[in-house]
Amino acid sequence: MNKDVFDYFIKGEKKYEVIIGLEVHAQVSSNSKLFSGSATKFGAEPNSQVSLIDSAFPGMLPVINKECVKQAIRTGLGLNAKINNNSVFDRKNYFYADLPQGYQISQYKNPIVGEGKVLLDMPYGSKEVGIERLHLEQDAGKSIHDVDPLNTYVDLNRSGIALMEIVSKPDLRSPEEVNAYIKKLRTIMRYLGTCDGNMQEGSLRADVNVSVRQVGDKNFGTRCEIKNVNSIKFMQMAIEYEANRQVKLLDEGKKIDQETRLFDTKKNETRSMRSKEDAHDYRYFPDPDLLPLKIEQKLIDDLKKTLPELPDNKKERFMNDYGLNSYEANVLVSEKEISNYYEEVAKLSDKKLAATWMMGDLFAMLNDKGLNISKSPISAKNFAELVQSIKSGEISGRIAKEVFELMVKSGDNPKKIIESKGMKQQSDPKELEKIVNEILTKNKDKVDQYKSGKEKLFGFFVGQVMKQSGGKANPQLTNEILKKLLKG
Amino acid sequence: MSEIIKKNLSEIIDLIKKKEIKSEELANLYIDKVNKSKKLNSYITTCFEHTIQKSKEFDKKPNLNSLLPGVPLAVKDLFCTDGFKTTAGSKMLENFIPQYESTVTENLWNEGAILLGKLNCDEYAMGSSNETSYFGNVINPIAKDTVPGGSSGGSASALAADLTPATIGTDTGGSIRQPASFTGTVGLKPTYGLCSRWGIVAFASSLDQAGPMTKSVKDCSIMLEAMAGFDKKDSTSIEKRKENYSKNLKTDVKGLKIGIPKEYRVENMPKEIEELWNKGKSILKDLGADIIDISLPHTKYALPTYYIVAPAEASSNLARYDGVKYGYRSSKGNDLIEMYENTRSEGFGDEVKRRILIGTYVLSSGYYDAYYLKAQKVRQLIKKDFDENFGKVDAILTPSTPSSAFKIGEKTNDPISMYLNDIFTVPVNLAGLPAISVPAGLDKKGYPLGLQLIGKTLDEQNILNVAYAFEKNCNFKNEIKNWWL
Repeated sequence: MNKDVFDYFIKGEKKYEVIIGLEVHAQVSSNSKLFSGSATKFGAEPNSQVSLIDSAFPGMLPVINKECVKQAIRTGLGLNAKINNNSVFDRKNYFYADLPQGYQISQYKNPIVGEGKVLLDMPYGSKEVGIERLHLEQDAGKSIHDVDPLNTYVDLNRSGIALMEIVSKPDLRSPEEVNAYIKKLRTIMRYLGTCDGNMQEGSLRADVNVSVRQVGDKNFGTRCEIKNVNSIKFMQMAIEYEANRQVKLLDEGKKIDQETRLFDTKKNETRSMRSKEDAHDYRYFPDPDLLPLKIEQKLIDDLKKTLPELPDNKKERFMNDYGLNSYEANVLVSEKEISNYYEEVAKLSDKKLAATWMMGDLFAMLNDKGLNISKSPISAKNFAELVQSIKSGEISGRIAKEVFELMVKSGDNPKKIIESKGMKQQSDPKELEKIVNEILTKNKDKVDQYKSGKEKLFGFFVGQVMKQSGGKANPQLTNEILKKLLKG
Repeated sequence: MSEIIKKNLSEIIDLIKKKEIKSEELANLYIDKVNKSKKLNSYITTCFEHTIQKSKEFDKKPNLNSLLPGVPLAVKDLFCTDGFKTTAGSKMLENFIPQYESTVTENLWNEGAILLGKLNCDEYAMGSSNETSYFGNVINPIAKDTVPGGSSGGSASALAADLTPATIGTDTGGSIRQPASFTGTVGLKPTYGLCSRWGIVAFASSLDQAGPMTKSVKDCSIMLEAMAGFDKKDSTSIEKRKENYSKNLKTDVKGLKIGIPKEYRVENMPKEIEELWNKGKSILKDLGADIIDISLPHTKYALPTYYIVAPAEASSNLARYDGVKYGYRSSKGNDLIEMYENTRSEGFGDEVKRRILIGTYVLSSGYYDAYYLKAQKVRQLIKKDFDENFGKVDAILTPSTPSSAFKIGEKTNDPISMYLNDIFTVPVNLAGLPAISVPAGLDKKGYPLGLQLIGKTLDEQNILNVAYAFEKNCNFKNEIKNWWL
């Protein structure tokens, strides 16, 4: 989508816009759980990271993990949000086999983080998405239904792990914006080190609220909540399906029921899970086992000071200091590792050319190989040398592509490759003049035609010089010499 | 029957320290009487092999500097004990053996005490007569047809019958003080947060507090000293230095201001209780205290407030007993929901179910504001009443209970009348304050009655001192005749 005007509308009998709000559940990066000392490693043996607290034995009491609180504050600061000095943990009561306490400790009326905002770079310009709140809560365990035909097994490793629920305002208007929003949130949290954002491992999931309204309407339509979608692609598909379903209902003059729906990834459709009438009554009340969470302003200020540079600031700096345009800067700050790599390269080479080559050949190669930039076969230092060789005219862009390929294969330094393969550009004017003269002599007829006005033939002469030099002739110099000699 | 076990805890400690009795001998004396006292039904579980083994170990290497050197103690069966059944008086936990030790009992063992057994109590501490226990009702040693009070009824009964030299209970709305009053013993509910709740089967988390039950005020100070202390495993635990309550115990109450709240003069209160209260006032006055009339205007709302807050928390605290992880699981049912329903229907008794229903109701959407939220606001007003008066007085004197021990079965079909028993004790839990019940006299039937002293936050030493002075001048004598032997 490279349009510079927003145009995501659903066309029914009338034109509808889609209103989307997300509740993102992001697993806090921490060594232990929110209220117990159990480990949080992914992929451990079932029930190997479970304490008496996580399994809700009689008389066990929760004690808040301060590191998780700090992570929530850092995230809140990264979302330009208000950190609440007083917040409260509540119990959300419901029965399920993988919820040992019979309640989830969450934050209901008084979350740790209040309103904030996130900036998205859309092709049609910058878009601000409001954050309603961020709160801390416990994850539940996992019910495993597919191991035994008659029994359900429960794995409590995840029970009690800290989650941040980040609730957006209903500010998103298209699946593309949702894509950009999730990626931006993930980038911010990865910069902060507060959530690894690994969707395959379930570290980032979302409940998606979707409603539609006729373009021009001020009021929101009735929304449906699609529960627990765990990939951006599925979120986009679910929204697409759900918005069209709602528009169809409206066109048929039917009402939309407020309900919770599930996205069936196999059939690519959403299905009703429960209606508003059947909604759980969670009987929230303040958890009497925990005192209200008081956060000293000093702690917030101290954390603020140690916050790393965030993507929005880095982008601005890249534009100001390195002369990048908004698009380039955006791509290069999208991941902390990418921005680090770029900065290393930019330190040693032409900043603009480095950006172009990184976003072109380097990204294409990494993408092709399915590699993260931290695993790149070309080191930042070598890549910078390659960029400098192009910039100085030592090699041409075409040769540079060959050198690049060899660098990927060998991991070698580009200088070494250029020298050992004799790929240096022919930039000696005398040598070049000799070649040009030879070509012109051989093609007397064409020279005459050129001189009588067939100027298109210039390209032919360049091609011949390149051929003769094995592609190494400096193109700029070749042009100059050709022009000079053809005049004479 | 040995005279030794009739003695107070502090006297028994002296005997051990003077090496006049060994821990093992002492243990055997209690074991012998416990074995002969099954009629009272005060013990749910005994662990005599463990007791003997530990007492032998103590005798080999006695540490006489500890607070409870080699003293065998039974505790309420709400405290989790590592390796020993902890039932909370419920079928749900009939066979539950914890793999951990509650902080409070751990503190006792660290001071040299040795576990004798686990004492009967109302199911999940919900009751005022020990008649809701799945393991049967407990009998008050003062008379065979009377209840010992509740929920720490087994503790009070065992203590009064000399089946343990001292014990501990938990007090959510009066569960230590009311049975103490019914059995002529001393019971103290500490400031909320003084004793750790870690490892105690929870009833109502914002009200539950463990405390000592003893034969004398001095014993009470020793036990409190041993069991109290900051615990980082309990987020509501108060971080403060340990106090030497027993060393600092004194009888001087001269100049202390004692408040008498007019709201505790309730309708239909037996005359004897009014008289007893007056007796308390005059004893303290004679000792040089100033008696001051005060008003705690929101007292009348305490009971309804309590019966919203406590069931609300209980309904959530007891959700974990679902048959999935531990404890009782019904064999009936075709799916998860039916398993839940059958397990909880069969595993919980009527009183527990009643409170879960009340609690679930008051937290439900649409009712939350009218009940739970309002109750929390009233709770603040009740606390404010106390705070305001503690500017004027140092302690407050009230009756502990509106009656003496009642007959077994007398109130089982009338929950409201049962709940009214807590009328003088619940305000203290709602306000988080410390209070002690001291025996003050006998009624016409010869049943003991107690008076309650309420203190400021963390002012346990002061109410212990006043109680100590009162005890010395009251000449109360418990008349228990071992009729069951």
